[in-house]
Amino acid sequence: MKNLPLLFCGILTALAFSLMGLVLSSYIQLGSLTQTTETLDELGNPIAGETLYPAMMPGAAQQGKAVYTDLGCVTCHTQQVRRAGYGSDVEREWGKRGTVARDYVTQGNVLLGSQRLGPDLMTIGEREDDANRHHLHLYNPKITSEGKSTMPQYSFLYQTRAVEGAVSANALQFDADSDYAPAAGYEVVPTQRAEALVEYLLSLKLNYSLPEAQISE
Amino acid sequence: MRTVLSEIDASIRFPALFFVVSALAWLIIGSAFTLITAYQSYEPSFMAGCEFVTYGRLYPVATNAMLFGWACNVIFAIGLWIIARLSQAPFRNAGLLIVAGIFWNLGLKVGLLGILAGDLNSAEFLELPGYATPLLLIAYALIGAWGILAFRARQGQGVYVSQWYILGALFWFPWVYMISEFMVVWFPARGVVQAVTANWFSASIQNLWLTPMALAVAYYVIPKVLGRPIHSYTLALLGFVSLAALGSWTGMVNLIGGPVPVWMSSVSIVASVMMVIPVIAVGLNLYMTVKGARSDVWRSPALRFVMFGIMSYFFASLIGSVMAFRSVNEITHFTTFATGQTQHLVYGFFTMVMFGGLYYMLPRLTRREWPSSTLIFFHFWGSALGITTIVVSLLIGGWLAGNQMNNAEVPFLDVVQSMVPWLEIRSIGVLCLAIGHIAFALNFLWMLFATGTIRAKQGPTLLESANQEGAA
Repeated sequence: MKNLPLLFCGILTALAFSLMGLVLSSYIQLGSLTQTTETLDELGNPIAGETLYPAMMPGAAQQGKAVYTDLGCVTCHTQQVRRAGYGSDVEREWGKRGTVARDYVTQGNVLLGSQRLGPDLMTIGEREDDANRHHLHLYNPKITSEGKSTMPQYSFLYQTRAVEGAVSANALQFDADSDYAPAAGYEVVPTQRAEALVEYLLSLKLNYSLPEAQISE
Repeated sequence: MRTVLSEIDASIRFPALFFVVSALAWLIIGSAFTLITAYQSYEPSFMAGCEFVTYGRLYPVATNAMLFGWACNVIFAIGLWIIARLSQAPFRNAGLLIVAGIFWNLGLKVGLLGILAGDLNSAEFLELPGYATPLLLIAYALIGAWGILAFRARQGQGVYVSQWYILGALFWFPWVYMISEFMVVWFPARGVVQAVTANWFSASIQNLWLTPMALAVAYYVIPKVLGRPIHSYTLALLGFVSLAALGSWTGMVNLIGGPVPVWMSSVSIVASVMMVIPVIAVGLNLYMTVKGARSDVWRSPALRFVMFGIMSYFFASLIGSVMAFRSVNEITHFTTFATGQTQHLVYGFFTMVMFGGLYYMLPRLTRREWPSSTLIFFHFWGSALGITTIVVSLLIGGWLAGNQMNNAEVPFLDVVQSMVPWLEIRSIGVLCLAIGHIAFALNFLWMLFATGTIRAKQGPTLLESANQEGAA
């Protein structure tokens, strides 16, 4: 090839096109999406409501999200629900509707994920609202999965210590015959990071409708 | 001509060897981390209880060590060497390249330690913390500039096929990386725009950085070893132009069914399917070039690795195109099938071609022959069998898991359990790779610190005994 200007123009435009076509146009289309109060009535006309959705995440949950990020949970867990009829996400009750772009506008750092070595967590706060179960699962996933889970233990987020006086209020409650319970006279208590992480997991819900994504009753 | 080439080789000897040593060090480190995560993926209690080596952190450390440590360093070594040789221009002030290389590797070390300490980002391949990546980009500015300078100082009129690919990639990489860092890490865009950008990044890094560099090596090494020209200029041009035009459009396949407008994934589906054009153009062109020289390809370590890589390019890309169809993607999405396809391309193609390039380049840089054909034999079969095992286990396991996952009557924990045997097989493949890499590193160190008998060895090291097996 002798036509160097053509070569360089080609190299330049090849990238510029896809940058504009995918990245910048998605930024234009989605980069200014905001929360909304709107829902649809029976006829499909938008009506203004009172509450803004998606809701902002409470502060404690925000801290938990940082823990979720720094432990790399996103390596194996997605947070996106595919629409009914495509995959089995809705049938598995991982969400009553598919997720849309607006569901993520209040999250600073989006944790969509791409691997499901573990289940989707978009609605884990709805599926399991018992904080103690979440703690047991993080402490050792075998406890809550009949030994079937391949999730790592996050026991380093917990402290095993001797009971002094009464058992601590936040100590993990194991089943009476559990093999994983600490020895008699000891208790397992969550650290502040574990508390925050569970707070975050409990906050993960998809229980609201958006004009573009209605929950069908 | 010969004297000029050896002059060019001498001018880039130390920077190139520096990059090769760094690349191999990262390759060994990356293999070790990959082995640990492969074992952890079905034996989660392994090293549990220690926060720094939890799977969610080790896994990105392994992929980033391989991508920015092994792949980028080996690209810097071979890419710059080829562009200098084809431009017939010795490097000036090549010492500065070593400084840039030190900064690159320092930035990567900082970044990987940052991941282990919990500063990772959550976008695939962009996990390196935002405070480490500027170091990489500054170092790259110098390295990339040297490539362009060598090209500008070229003698003669023609621009070779390998040079198109290298120039393109040297230009594409920093832009793709910088834009993605801006929009995902430094100043995160709102909502799913981050995910769109991250997927644009991972597609571009595969198709506009790793792939063109590996193809440049293939287009350089094959004619050199066989002493015959590339079969068709037109096919080469078609392969280059179509890869450049389509390569960075394919990423949104990873967001099919996801929370983005449908048109985005549709565009990427079209681009992914059209990727068969560059793949067939390149595959056919190189196949026609080596046609009739099967025993030469099999005997030469460089060609054997390169042609294995080109075959992987062909099959991995075709699988990628098929995977883009919505009906197929419904099954493969979120499973190890997608991982398997990526590894097929990144290891089976890119890494194998780069090994071939190293087998060709290092004797010319060090002016010594490879000390042991047995170690080459172990390297080839370790890598070839290893990656085949990995790809087959991840594809089959992922396909079966995807089908079960889409059947809501199968409890999710049963899907998890059904993956375990495939993950076990995968870890055997990872072990084979590690053995191959150690054999290669040993051979290289032996060559570098060679004693008299090896230094005096005449003629290239060929895989003679292996050839007889292969011909039989």
